[in-house]
Amino acid sequence: MSEYPVSEDEDGAEDLAPLTLPLDAWHRERGGRMVEFAGYVMPVQYEGIMAEHLWTRENAGLFDVSHMGQLLVSGEGVEPALEGALPIDLSTLKLGAVRYSLLLDENGGILDDLMVARWPGGFYLVVNGATKWDDIGTLRETLPDDITLNHLDDRALLALQGPKAFAALERHIGGQYPLAGLTFMKGGQFTIGGVEAWISRSGYTGEDGFEISITAEDAATVADLLCGEPEVKPIGLGARDSLRLEAGLPLYGHDLSPETSAVDADLKFAINKRRRTDGGFPGAERVQADFANGTTRRRIGLLLDGRMAAREGAKVFAGDEQVGLVTSGGFSPSLQRPIAMAYVDVAHAQDGTPLSVEMRGKRLDARVAAMPFVPHRYHR
Amino acid sequence: MTRYFSQDHEWIEVDGDVGTVGITDYAQGQLGDITFVDLPAEGASVGKGDAVSVVDSVKAASDVYTPVSGSIAAVNEALADQPELVNTDAETGGWLFRVTLSDTSELGALMDEAAYKTFVDSL
Repeated sequence: MSEYPVSEDEDGAEDLAPLTLPLDAWHRERGGRMVEFAGYVMPVQYEGIMAEHLWTRENAGLFDVSHMGQLLVSGEGVEPALEGALPIDLSTLKLGAVRYSLLLDENGGILDDLMVARWPGGFYLVVNGATKWDDIGTLRETLPDDITLNHLDDRALLALQGPKAFAALERHIGGQYPLAGLTFMKGGQFTIGGVEAWISRSGYTGEDGFEISITAEDAATVADLLCGEPEVKPIGLGARDSLRLEAGLPLYGHDLSPETSAVDADLKFAINKRRRTDGGFPGAERVQADFANGTTRRRIGLLLDGRMAAREGAKVFAGDEQVGLVTSGGFSPSLQRPIAMAYVDVAHAQDGTPLSVEMRGKRLDARVAAMPFVPHRYHR
Repeated sequence: MTRYFSQDHEWIEVDGDVGTVGITDYAQGQLGDITFVDLPAEGASVGKGDAVSVVDSVKAASDVYTPVSGSIAAVNEALADQPELVNTDAETGGWLFRVTLSDTSELGALMDEAAYKTFVDSL
């Protein structure tokens, strides 16, 4: 028996000895099976991916995502400076609000996807773990010298996700404002059991939930408090991947890369009209051209018949003609059938288009399906 | 009937010249929730060490190698609807396929249960 893992390796970090996260011992005590991911040793599962996935959809799961990069960009003129580095419209981003954005190269290729929040003293960014060092380099190059870029590497990041996340978290919340004041993609400063925390109502599962930034020192205290609640269990990377796939959310390094652009990745919402009209960010020409002319391929969802999962790299066919490639795929625990994301020629990208996927010499029947595969349940 | 084990975590129980093959309980625990099993075609001729079956779990697909040469005599049809049998009954009802051995001397290269246990404990 030999195993070829699917989504546990991200490019760029595998040559270095893996680093440990602040909650390493905490995960091991709870039976976490530790694997290397994005240059860190992280829990892939505790009791099992299927059970953890379904628990999160029905209750609440606690994810340790401390491998992700937390950055603070500040200084005089930070707003125009950051708009010069990212295609985000900051003029409409209110204090505490969070927005999805993309880090693009000069050709409009995607270097990373990220979250940007307006803090009182600047902009708080959360970037992918495997790309954070490159991102920091890219941003330092793009941002003017008088703008400060701090890597908040003394901080841990936890995500509490699921329909019962609010109830579980609210019991421990202190601070000036009630947790109920947060709606989807809004954040603020709170305390959890007395610990200072930046909390945003956001996540990567499609469920209501929160992302919680605390000092590394406080991470175990907060994780213990939350997992002490009857609704909450710790959840590993395996279920994180299957949850985000069902939610139709792309994973950098698989569904997004320097070879993909905002338009073919179907992330047009991340670049609003003002920014694409005015430009003034890396890759603007490509973005403008793609918006004007369209692209030859697009990221789509695939629902497969049968039970065999389509995996990254599988070829997608329309009849005998290859029209695309799967970028991530697996068995959906919620739908009990295989699902996938793929890039296909736009002529075959319409919802309902019958296609097939080649896996191990077999052709699996599939059809293009609207994403998310499982409806989002954000608290708007 | 005698049961043998491979370093690739397959078991084979031999009765006369027919062996029943599955993956070990240790292996299913490593793979996690099994969602699909791709079985070989009955009658197919297979060589020792060939990847003849694939076990899909939520996170990954894993090849299963036949520990002996021969021809596929039967496959476990129950796995089509209940792939999770490989999790719950890995070394009994979750068997994968039966192979008619062409060379029983190949069994000599496999481990017995005690040796396999020692092998797993060393991992």
